[in-house]
Amino acid sequence: MTAALRFDPIRLPPVCEELRKEVRAFLAEEIAAGTFDPNKPQREDSDAPEFSRRVGERGWLGMTWPKKYGGHERTFLERYVVTEEMRIANAPTRRFFVADRQSGPVLLKYAPEHIKMDILPRICRGELCFAIGMSEPNSGSDLFAAKTKATKTDGGYLINGSKIWTTSAHIADYMIAIFRTSPPTKENRRHGLTQFLVNMKSPGIKVNPIAQITGQYEFNEVVFTDVFVPDDHLLGEVDGAWKQATSELAYERSGPERFLETYYVLTELVRALGSDPDTRGAEGIGRLVAQLHTMRRMSVSVAGMLQAGKEPVVEASIVKDIGTIWEQQLPHRVRELAAFVDGEASNHATLDELTAFATKLAPKLTIQGGTTEVLRGIIARGLGLR
Amino acid sequence: MTETDNIVVETAEKIFADLADPQTINADKAETWKAPLWQALSESGLPLSWVPEEFGGSGASLAEGFGVLNAAGRAGLAVPLAETMLAGWLLAQGKIAAPEGAMTIAPAHPKDRLTLDADGKLSGRARSVPFAQDAQHVAVLAQSAAGAKIALVPASACRIDRGLGLGGDASDVVTFDKVAPITTAPAPQGLDQTSLMLMGAVARSLQIAGALETLLDRSVTYANERVAFEKKIGKFQAVQHNLAKLAGETSAALAAATSAADAISSAEGFDDAVFLEASAAKIRCAEAAEKGAAIAHQVHGAIGFTREHILHRFSLRALAWRDDFGNESHWAVELGRKVAARGADDLWPLVASR
Ligand SMILES: Cc1cc2nc3c(=O)[nH]c(=O)nc-3n(C[C@H](O)[C@H](O)[C@H](O)COP(=O)(O)OP(=O)(O)OC[C@H]3O[C@@H](n4cnc5c(N)ncnc54)[C@H](O)[C@@H]3O)c2cc1C
Repeated sequence: MTAALRFDPIRLPPVCEELRKEVRAFLAEEIAAGTFDPNKPQREDSDAPEFSRRVGERGWLGMTWPKKYGGHERTFLERYVVTEEMRIANAPTRRFFVADRQSGPVLLKYAPEHIKMDILPRICRGELCFAIGMSEPNSGSDLFAAKTKATKTDGGYLINGSKIWTTSAHIADYMIAIFRTSPPTKENRRHGLTQFLVNMKSPGIKVNPIAQITGQYEFNEVVFTDVFVPDDHLLGEVDGAWKQATSELAYERSGPERFLETYYVLTELVRALGSDPDTRGAEGIGRLVAQLHTMRRMSVSVAGMLQAGKEPVVEASIVKDIGTIWEQQLPHRVRELAAFVDGEASNHATLDELTAFATKLAPKLTIQGGTTEVLRGIIARGLGLR
Repeated sequence: MTETDNIVVETAEKIFADLADPQTINADKAETWKAPLWQALSESGLPLSWVPEEFGGSGASLAEGFGVLNAAGRAGLAVPLAETMLAGWLLAQGKIAAPEGAMTIAPAHPKDRLTLDADGKLSGRARSVPFAQDAQHVAVLAQSAAGAKIALVPASACRIDRGLGLGGDASDVVTFDKVAPITTAPAPQGLDQTSLMLMGAVARSLQIAGALETLLDRSVTYANERVAFEKKIGKFQAVQHNLAKLAGETSAALAAATSAADAISSAEGFDDAVFLEASAAKIRCAEAAEKGAAIAHQVHGAIGFTREHILHRFSLRALAWRDDFGNESHWAVELGRKVAARGADDLWPLVASR
């Protein structure tokens, strides 16, 4: 075969089901205590520092990391279950999610020991929020066109330029960013970018919020003026960040967050259509559930491969490609089917409100974390076409 | 599929490669390939994979048999292997020994009802029964006053109105006009027509996924060979994106079908979890067949539209298999009703239980 795609039917082991119960119980307590409302994914401020600390106390951050850094040496599949349940409950995970999913693993791989010892345990305790500084005003998909400069100076580097669309920069403690340390070479236009850990409290950083079409503020423009970053905050290879950045993205692509972001509209549709929907309503639900189930089976399968130490780059990209298209289409399909909801249904208002919110949010889903077009390029490479 | 399936699946793949080469078959107008292929399959015991040795079969596991069906889909196999396997499986559920030769199964359409009356005679009409005209026996699931019954019937005792399915394989109407079965047996507890349809739906899902694997493979190979505007067409971004989409549909079909096969293989019976897995697999695989076949043809241009080219052997079968044992609309309604009856708050626990 040219392209041997594999999606083994991985089942979550009993330990995951036990864990799932614990997470559900925890979330139910938090909901009862008023920490968050599971029916309000549109909440303005999903930053919840106290909640974040309690999640850390439960041992649900840095789950797969070594114990000496505060991690818990548990499996990717266990982490998968926690992510899934948080997502389904619309829990306020903004503060810790990026650090747990992405930044921590980058530090584990590339940071010097004393930095790991300092920062990783704090991530595990839910104390730190991270931002990712890849995009710039003139380089989004084309990561290698990034221009923001890191210039060598005594004991470190000086950063000048700006990053954009930086999620959570306004609340972040740290950013992991790529900066230009030398120009690209003729042979390799990816050359010349270096990854750094930036303390967001450093002088010279200005964060300008950018409003989104949903009415929320989540991402920002970040302007750097002579920001000093010490030498030991350099991550990995000088001028070689492209390798690091692209492998980092594999973590970002196949998790349950890549097809569940608008899930709540489906639950509300089922609720509003009631226990005995007409044929059109039933068919609509059936098709959506079949998709959801399939996406989830694919995503669990990729988590199983990560656990087995494989690098399922193509499979992960496929999950993000079809997963984000599914979560993007979901509010539109739900809107069509909502035509068959009985006018008397008491929860119609919730359905309408959530569908409107999810419809406004939907456009971003196929853009954040790499656009559909870029992903398809990666898949095509995996198929042997490039 | 899992590692342990390999020997049985490898045997099947070897026979398909030796005796069911699509190019040879496509060019053979006289269909001389059929007899030696079926002979080799019979000798290997594959058609009776799911019949325990005590009932004359080879006693392979459900998982192994499902692996064979996936491979049969990859080969675009045009003989009643899946049908004979399903028939043998059904008969074994009633502890009825399987006869030699090709078999098929009735009903194959969820809305058809066959009945067994007090005199032990079968009545009713079954539409779109695959390969009935090629079968020596029909395994039947019928309703009787005493509950569901399994029956073994000689095909010669039925009226068979020949038909041709979309993929070029026989798809017939079988009429049972007070037909006397060779044997009948009560169906075990929990085995009803819905279970039979779910079993057939998973078989077809694996075949569809297999056909898509080949469509993807062939299309990528073709895109790396065909030159237009002085470039291999696979270098054009639009073509790459189409192939990436085909890979996505193939992946979804494979994931859903293999997961459903695994679910049936490890479950006690046809419970709600199996229902979710099997119905979802058929829905998703049928959708994948529609999108995937269109892309594979697009990439091949006019050559893929010719009878000479083998592409249709896979694309049209994938499309045809959508309709057997309940099409995607049928299962979507059934699945939607089940989800609605369980209620909104139970949807996530159901999905997450898999
Ligand atoms: C909600 C949200 C949060 C985000 N958070 C972050 C963050 O925290 N950190 C961060 O660094 N970035 C973040 N991003 C930025 C995101 O990664 C970029 O938006 C994305 O990579 C696309 O870049 P762009 O917006 O510059 O679009 P462009 O790159 O200008 O793309 C515009 C269009 O052209 C297409 N295109 C571009 N190049 C090609 C090509 N080679 N072939 C085919 N089509 C092409 C794209 O697919 C797209 O359709 C976020 C974005 C969103 C929407």
